[in-house]
Amino acid sequence: MLVKFRLNGKDVEVDVYPNEILLDTLRLKLGVRSVKRGCERGECGTCTILLNGSPVNSCLILTPHVEGAEVITVEGLEKDSKFKELVNNFVNEGAIQCGFCTPGFLLTAYTAIINQKIKTVDDVKKSLEGNLCRCTGYVKIIEAVAKTALK
Amino acid sequence: MFYKLPEIEYIRVSELDEVLSLLSRKEDVKVLAGGTDLVIDMKIGRYKPKTVIDISGIKSLRYIVDEGDKIRIGALTRMQDIIESPVIREKLPVLAEAVSMLGSWQIRNMATVGGNLCSASPAADSAPPLLVHEAKIKLTSIEGTREIPITEFFTGPRKTVMHKIELLHEIIVPYDEDFARTYSYAKLGRRNSFTLSVVAVATVLKVRGRRFEDVRIALNAVAPTPVRARSVESFLRGKEIGEEVIEEASELVVNDISPISDVRASAEYRRHVSMVLVRDTLLKALEKSGVKEVSK
Repeated sequence: MLVKFRLNGKDVEVDVYPNEILLDTLRLKLGVRSVKRGCERGECGTCTILLNGSPVNSCLILTPHVEGAEVITVEGLEKDSKFKELVNNFVNEGAIQCGFCTPGFLLTAYTAIINQKIKTVDDVKKSLEGNLCRCTGYVKIIEAVAKTALK
Repeated sequence: MFYKLPEIEYIRVSELDEVLSLLSRKEDVKVLAGGTDLVIDMKIGRYKPKTVIDISGIKSLRYIVDEGDKIRIGALTRMQDIIESPVIREKLPVLAEAVSMLGSWQIRNMATVGGNLCSASPAADSAPPLLVHEAKIKLTSIEGTREIPITEFFTGPRKTVMHKIELLHEIIVPYDEDFARTYSYAKLGRRNSFTLSVVAVATVLKVRGRRFEDVRIALNAVAPTPVRARSVESFLRGKEIGEEVIEEASELVVNDISPISDVRASAEYRRHVSMVLVRDTLLKALEKSGVKEVSK
């Protein structure tokens, strides 16, 4: 079946199976490789995307579900100044080890920051509870997000 | 792809009438709201429906309406909507608190309150607060609507009183000034955040002078369904407030629960922490009621 939605500011139309998962459509049919395959059951957050502006797990979404919706991944935020600031802070704070979880963390943190959800370091932790880093580099990630949100 | 989903017929609807009509005609159907339970359940093979009806596009089922003496919550209201709603925070703070500990932000942005109830997990996070507030569940089908108390809604793990042709339409929660002020919620999981309950307890109180006038306590994950702690409640009603009476009452919770051992905890541990959390939530709720010196 044909599904149309907006992906990173561009209209896309893609032929999918009714039981196709958005994570697979993005990675295998639309070439969006920043969206990572992790646990595939909504626990690790590495497949996070922004659906109509909110962070969600793309592994729990049937692709037909996003008909008419707006999907944003890190590729769609490259020109955003706040996003660039967040990325720079990740780099400067050493918040990236293997990098696999980074796109998911960036999307969740970015959305929390621009929606003014972060007033304290505890807010940073609460916002990021759905993103796991198996290198367990949480301290530096939290510092990078706090630096961007609270400065 | 580690998981293979069953082949399904996917139907997306945008009006309530459409889904009701489909439910009355189609066999072997699952309704998809947020999908955070159903998609996993299909991935792991728990459900293999022939047809999935995606109702997430029915905008008319996503609302929180304050009617003064009651609050109506549409079935497709997202968990994050509940947390951010000024009405819920003011009038049903125990629900806002419980839901804020459900899943992660990503999950709360998708998961709906109707879906949480229809999944009917014994560990449903929205259930204890709704049980203590004695919410009503409005079910709608092409044959009409009925309202049933949430205390009668769950019949077993993943089982409810809903008929195949019915849709959970809305949740009606009576507003009570005392319960909105004098409440406490505690959830124990294997870790602090983004976790399933070992047990969670919601407690609301009415206090008159130094006596318990009314006590309502509900727990999840310690019985085939979320349950009220009726023995504790009736023991405390009318009793003078004091540390000993609370201690004695908390121990009675074992009569109201029938926990199992599973990957998260043993039955014995669940019985123990149920007592502890019932006591703790009673004490915390009493603090909010303004009763001084519980332990004289």
